[in-house]
Amino acid sequence: MSKLALRHLSCRFGSVTAVDDISLELAPGEFVSLLGPSGCGKTTTLRLIAGFLPPSGGTIEMDGDPISSPASALPPEKRNMSMIFQSYAIWPNMTVAQNVAFGLEVRRFARAEIRARVGHILDVVRLAPFRDRYPAELSGGQQQRVALARAIVVQPAVLLLDEPLSNLDANLREEMRYEIRRLHDEFHITTVYVTHDQAEAMVTSDRIAVMNQGRIEQVDEPRALYARPRTRFVAGFIGRTNFLDGEVHGAEVVFDHFAIALARFGESPALRGKVAFSLRPQSIHLHRQPPAASERTCVIPGRVVQRAYLGEHWDYAVRPKDGQLQLRVTARPHEVFEVNEHVWLEVDPGQMALLG
Amino acid sequence: MRWRHLDKSVFLWLLLVAALLVLVINPLARLVWSSFQDGATGAVTLDNYLAAYGRWRYLEALVNSLVLGLAVAAVCVVFGVPMAWAVSRTDMPGKGLVWAAILGTFIMPSYLGAVAWILLAGPNAGWLNRVYMGLTGAAAGPFNIYTMAGLVLVIACYSFPYMFVFTRSALDLISSEMEDAATTLGAGVLRTTLRVTLPLTLPAMMAAFIVAFLEAIALFGVPALIALPGRIQLMTTTLWQFFEFPPRVQVAAAYAMPLLSITALLFWLQQRLIARKGYAALTGKGGERRVVRLGAWRWVMLGYCLFITSLSFFLPMVIVLQAAFAKAWGRGFSLDNLTLANLRFVVVDQPITRAATVHTFVYGGASAALALGLALAIAYIVHRRLVPFGRALSYVAMAPFVIPGIVLAIGFYAAYTSPPLALYGTAWILILAFTTRFLPIAYANSNAAIRAINPELEDAVRILGGGRLLALRRVVGPLLKRGLAGAFLLVFIPATRELSSAIFLYTTGTQVLSVLLFDKSDEGNFEYLSAIGLILVLGTVTLVLAGLRLVGRDFMLTRTTTT
Repeated sequence: MSKLALRHLSCRFGSVTAVDDISLELAPGEFVSLLGPSGCGKTTTLRLIAGFLPPSGGTIEMDGDPISSPASALPPEKRNMSMIFQSYAIWPNMTVAQNVAFGLEVRRFARAEIRARVGHILDVVRLAPFRDRYPAELSGGQQQRVALARAIVVQPAVLLLDEPLSNLDANLREEMRYEIRRLHDEFHITTVYVTHDQAEAMVTSDRIAVMNQGRIEQVDEPRALYARPRTRFVAGFIGRTNFLDGEVHGAEVVFDHFAIALARFGESPALRGKVAFSLRPQSIHLHRQPPAASERTCVIPGRVVQRAYLGEHWDYAVRPKDGQLQLRVTARPHEVFEVNEHVWLEVDPGQMALLG
Repeated sequence: MRWRHLDKSVFLWLLLVAALLVLVINPLARLVWSSFQDGATGAVTLDNYLAAYGRWRYLEALVNSLVLGLAVAAVCVVFGVPMAWAVSRTDMPGKGLVWAAILGTFIMPSYLGAVAWILLAGPNAGWLNRVYMGLTGAAAGPFNIYTMAGLVLVIACYSFPYMFVFTRSALDLISSEMEDAATTLGAGVLRTTLRVTLPLTLPAMMAAFIVAFLEAIALFGVPALIALPGRIQLMTTTLWQFFEFPPRVQVAAAYAMPLLSITALLFWLQQRLIARKGYAALTGKGGERRVVRLGAWRWVMLGYCLFITSLSFFLPMVIVLQAAFAKAWGRGFSLDNLTLANLRFVVVDQPITRAATVHTFVYGGASAALALGLALAIAYIVHRRLVPFGRALSYVAMAPFVIPGIVLAIGFYAAYTSPPLALYGTAWILILAFTTRFLPIAYANSNAAIRAINPELEDAVRILGGGRLLALRRVVGPLLKRGLAGAFLLVFIPATRELSSAIFLYTTGTQVLSVLLFDKSDEGNFEYLSAIGLILVLGTVTLVLAGLRLVGRDFMLTRTTTT
C-alpha cells in the first residue's frame, strides 16, 4: 500500500488554477521530488499535503485514510508530518537545542528521552557544539541543518521540504544535497521535496515528478527522466536538448533535409504522421571523415556554425547540409573543429526520445 | 465537516471578531439610530434634526467650528513648517533642544496648556498683561485669551507638532541628489525649492493640515475652558450643552452627524494624500542629505523655533509649575510663596482626587491592555486570513480614528445606559470607551508587528504537531514582546489624558484626573488645577521615558493619531 497518495488533486485561488488534477503515489520510505519552474504549483501541492491549504478538488490519503478533501481537511498539527521551509523558519527566540526539542515536547516525550534524541540528531547533523546558540548566531548552512534536525528528530510519517537550499550559496548547496540524501538513507522517511533545481532533484530523489502549469508532466526515476522525456516541456526543462520535428513518409521519418529509416527506431511504437523527438547534445558525435556504416547509427553531413570552449567540454552548433535546423552538440575537449568546417554527425536513433 | 478535522481555535477568533463589532459598531449604530428616535416614545422621527438645527445659535456654532479649524490649521503651517525645515535641512544649532521642546509639547495635555494660557493671558490678571502694564504703566493689558484668536493660538500650540512631524519625515525622504538634479539642469535655489522640494513635501503638509483641522473641530477640553467663558459657540461645546440636565441624547446624536461626516470625509482625503506620498518614499532612501548653511541666519531660525516652543511648552510649563507649588499664583515667584500643600491636597488629603489619580492610571492601563489584546488578535486574524472578510475587519478596527471622542462618547451613552448592557455608572463604560477610542493606535502598531513575523514560523509549529494557540504562546508572543511594550504605552498615554469622551461617561464614583481638572475649572482655584495637571504630566513623562528606553527617540513623534 502506498504511504501517501494524491488523487485528482486540484487547488484554485479565484480564477487561477494553481494545481490542476494531479495524481501521485509514494511508497513507504520513498523520496520524490516535485520539480518545475516557479509558479508551476509545486509549493501549493506541498502545502496541500501539509494541510495548510484545503484542496478545491480531489483527495489526499495517508496509509489509506483520507486526510484532505474539499469538504474537510485534517489540520497540519494532526498529520504527524514535518516540513522544512524555504525561510527555514527556525524560531529566533529559542536556542538550537530548544528548536530541535520542540516537536518532541509537543509529543510529550519524557525529558530524558528528549535530551537523548536531541543529542543524537545534533551529532548526526554535526551541530552538537552549537546546541546552546541562538539562530542569529549561526551561518546559513548551520541554520539549514537545524531545520533538518528539527524536522527529522520527530520521525514523522512524511517529511516535506520546500526549496530548502534556495537561500544557500552554490558550494554549500551542493554539499547539502548530499547531506539530505545521506539523512534519507539513514532514516528512510517518506519524503516530498520541492525544488526548481534539476541537479538537486537528481541527486536526492528516487523519483522526480516534473510539474508545469499546475499539472504533473511526467514521473520517473532521474535517469529515465533524462534519457526518455515524454513531453517537450520535460525534455527542455531537464538538461539541454535538441528538438527534431519530422514526418513519417513511407519507410522513413523525414526531418529538415535529412531522413532516418523507420526501422532504425527499433522497438519504438509504430510511428505515424507528424512526430517530434528530443535528442541530447551528448548523444551526437562529430567526425571529420564519414564514420564506418553501422547497424545502429546513421550519419548526416553538416557544417559547424558556432563553437564555444567551456573547459570541461566543447559546445558546437552544427547545421545539417542544406537545412535550417541547428543542432547543439557536446564534444570532449580534444575534439576540436573549426567554424565553417564540414563535419559528419553520427546519431543513434535509439537515443532519440519520442515526445507526446 | 468532521469534528476531528475542525481547528477548534476558530471559535476563539469568532469570539474576538464579535467583541470588535460590539465595541465599534454598536455605539455607532446606536448613535445613528437614536438620532432618528423620539426621546420619550422611541418612535422614528426627524424632530431631533429640527431641534438641532432649528436655532441660529446652533448653526453659528457649526460655522465657528469650521472657521476655528481652518485658522488653527493655517497657524500650524506657520509654526510647524519652518521648524521642520530647520531641523531637517539646515545647520541650525540647538536641534536637540528644539526636539526635546516638541516632545514636551506632545506630553502636555492641551487642556492643561489652556489652563496655563488663562494664567498667562487672562484679561487683567494674566502674567503677560501684568508684565505689559508694569513696563508701560498702562491701566489694562492688551491680551485676552477668551477670544477666537486666543482659542486658535492655544489649539495651534498643541496641534503644530503634527505639522512638524509630517513635514519633517517628508523632507527626510528627499535626498539632496534630487535637488542636485534640478540644480545641474540650471535651476536656482528658489526654483529648485518651488519645483522640487515643495511639491515633494506638499502631500505630507496637506495631510497634516487636515489632521490639525480635524483635531481643532473635534476638541473639547480647550474650547470648554476658553470658548465657554468667552461665549464663543462651537460644535463640541454645543454638544456638551445638549447633555446638561436633562440630557437630550437624541438631539445631541443628530447634531453630531455633520461632525462625524466631515471627519470621515477628510480622513478619507488624508489617506489618499498619504498614499500618494509613496513616490517620495520610493526613491528617497538611497541619497545622502546635505545641510543648508544658514550663516548668521541660523541664530534667527533658532530664535523662531524657541519662540514657538516657548508658546507651546516652556512658558506654560513654568506657569503650571509655579501655580502648582504656589500658595497663591498671583503672588509670583518668591520663596515664601512656595508650598507643597496643593500637591498634598490633591494626592493625599482629598479622597476624590486621590481616587481619581488611581482611576486615571488603572482605567488607562486596563484600556491599553484591552485595546492591544484585541488589536493584536484582529491583526493576526486579518493577516493569517483566519476568517473571511478580513479586510473589512481591519477597516472596523481603524474606524474609531474618524470618530471624534465626543461623538464616540454620545454613541456609548446611547448604547450602554439602558439594559441589557447598562454599563453607565460603572468604570467599564469608561474603560471600554477608551479602548475603542484608541483601538486604531493599537491596531496600527499590531499590524506592523504581525506583518514582521514570517508565517512560516507558525507553520513550522503546526506541522510539528502544535496548534495555533501553542504557536502564539511559544513563538509569536515572545517575538512580539518588545514591540508591544511600546504600543502599550502609546495607548496608555493618551488614555490617561483623555477628556472629551470621559466627560460624558463619568459619574461621581468614576472620575479621572482630566475630568476633575475640567470640573474644578469654574471654581477658579488654579493652584489646585495646576497640581492635578502636574500629576498627569509626571505620569506621562514616566511612561514616555519608559517608551524612549524601549523604542528609541522616535517614540511618540512618529505615531499618527489624534489625542
